[in-house]
Amino acid sequence: MTIKGQAYIVGAFEHPTRKAADKSVAQLHAEVAFGALADAGLTASDVDGYFCAGDAPGTGPLSLVDYLNLKVRHLDSTDIGGASYLAHVAHAAEAIAAGRCNVALITLAGRPRSEGMATGTAPRVRNLNEPELQWEFPFGLTVANAYAMAAMRHMYQFGTTSEQLAWIKVAASHHAQHNPHAMLRNVVTVEDVVNSPMVADPLHRLDCCVISDGGGALVVVRPEIARTLKRPLVKVVGAGEASKHQQGGEIDVTYSGAVVSGPAALAEAGVKPSDIKYVSIYDSFTITVLIQIEDLGFCPKRQGGRFVSDGNLIAGVGRLPFNTDGGGLCNNHPANRGGMTKVIEAVRQLRGEAHPAVQVKNCDLALAHGTGGLLSTRHGSATLILERE
Amino acid sequence: MATIRSIPAPHPHPETQAFWDAAANGKFVIKRCDACGKAHWYPRPICPFCTSPATRWVEASGRGTVYSYSVNRHADPLYIIAYVTLAEGPTMLTNLVDCNPEEPLMGRAVKLVFTPTEGGPPVPIFTLA
Repeated sequence: MTIKGQAYIVGAFEHPTRKAADKSVAQLHAEVAFGALADAGLTASDVDGYFCAGDAPGTGPLSLVDYLNLKVRHLDSTDIGGASYLAHVAHAAEAIAAGRCNVALITLAGRPRSEGMATGTAPRVRNLNEPELQWEFPFGLTVANAYAMAAMRHMYQFGTTSEQLAWIKVAASHHAQHNPHAMLRNVVTVEDVVNSPMVADPLHRLDCCVISDGGGALVVVRPEIARTLKRPLVKVVGAGEASKHQQGGEIDVTYSGAVVSGPAALAEAGVKPSDIKYVSIYDSFTITVLIQIEDLGFCPKRQGGRFVSDGNLIAGVGRLPFNTDGGGLCNNHPANRGGMTKVIEAVRQLRGEAHPAVQVKNCDLALAHGTGGLLSTRHGSATLILERE
Repeated sequence: MATIRSIPAPHPHPETQAFWDAAANGKFVIKRCDACGKAHWYPRPICPFCTSPATRWVEASGRGTVYSYSVNRHADPLYIIAYVTLAEGPTMLTNLVDCNPEEPLMGRAVKLVFTPTEGGPPVPIFTLA
C-alpha cells in the first residue's frame, strides 16, 4: 500500500501566541484544533480520527478527546519527539487509506516559556525505568550538549566551521523579519552568531532555537472530502520514518535517521531532491539543519557547510529556500517540538499563502522533515513530501 | 579550571547492579557477548548485535580516545560531556575532568577515573592519559 494521493491536508493553523501565561496546555490544544478546522471549513463533529504526541496532557489522547468532546473511531499517539506531527500526517493518510477515519485532526501545544523550563541546558529525569538514564543523567547530558557533540564531530571529521553553521541562523533571520509573530525579527549576521555567548561548545546562543509557548494543528482528509472544500489542494505524496540511536556503542553522530526516512519519502513520491521547491527542515539547532540537508540528499555528506553558506537557504536568494516563517531558530518552537510548524509553513508555501517577501514562486512540491529527540543519542526522523494539486 | 560538580547517584536496574557493584570496588566492567564476541555499551543482558543472552561482564582497560565532546557553559561549575571510544570498541557517554575546556580535546587519549556520586556508587569518568 502506498499513501501517495490517499489524503490531503485541508486545514492548518499556527497559534499566534509565543507566551501564554494565562492559558492551559489543554486550552491551547483546543484553540489550535478549532483554528485548523475553521481553516478547512469543517467542524469538530466532522472529526473521526485524532492524533497527538507527548505534549498532550493526560493519558495519551484520552484527556484531549474528552476536553475537546470529540467522538472519534481512530486514535494515534505516536511519540517520536518533535518529529511526531510529521509522522502523524503519514499515519493519518494510512488510516484514511485503510478506512479507519475520514477526517483526522492532529494537535500540538505547550507552554515551556511560561513554565520557565530550562529546555536545552539542564539535564532532565523523565522516568526511572528509562534504560539509558543511569548511563546519561549522572554525566549531566543536556539537549544542547547532545546536539553540540554532533556539531563538534562534524567539524572534526569534515572541516565544517562555526561560520558555516551561522549562515543557517542568518537565513532564518532573513525570513523571520517578515513574520510579525516571530520571537526574533532582527536580521543577524554571521559575526552576530559566532560572537554570541557559547552555550554548548561549539554551539553559540544564536545557534539554538527559541523557547516559546504556542502550538499548531492540522486537518488531514480523504480526497473526496478535500475536493468538496474551498481550500487549495495539498496532497500527501510521500512519507518516510526512521530512528537513529547509539547502535550498541557503534556510535556515529555525523548522520541522522534522515538517511532512511528521506529516500523512502522521495521514492514513494517518485521525485528527486532537485525537484523540491521548498523545504521545512527541523531547526532545533543550526547543526540539525546542516546534517539533515546532507542526509536528505540536497548535497553530499561533508559538503553541508559549503551548501548552507552565502545565503543558499534564503528565499529569493539561494537554491533551497527553507523555513520561510523563521523556523524554530527565530519564529517559535512550541512545546519544544518543531515538527508541527514545519508542516504548517510547507502548507502555506504550497497554497501560496506564505508572506509575499518569502513566497517561493510556483511552489508545487515541498519537503518537510523533522528530527525528534536528541541528534547524538537517539532520535526519530520523519519526512513528508507534499504536492499542490 | 572548574571545580568538580556534584554528580547525582546513578539509578541501577536489576540487570546492571553488577556493574555498579564492581564500580564500587574500583573495577570498570563492560558486557561482551560469548556468541558473537563483540563488546557493547551500555551494558545489556541480551546482546544488541546478535540477540544472544550469552553476555558476560569483563574487566575493561579504562583506556580510550575522545570521539566527541561539548562543554555545558550554563552550568556552574561548567563541565565537559563526552563520547569516549573505549580500547575494547564501544563508544560511551561520560565526562572529561581535569582538562582545559579551552584546549582542543578531539581524538585525545584518555584514561578512566572513578568519581564519587551523591550517595551512590562512583561513575566512570575520563581524564587525559
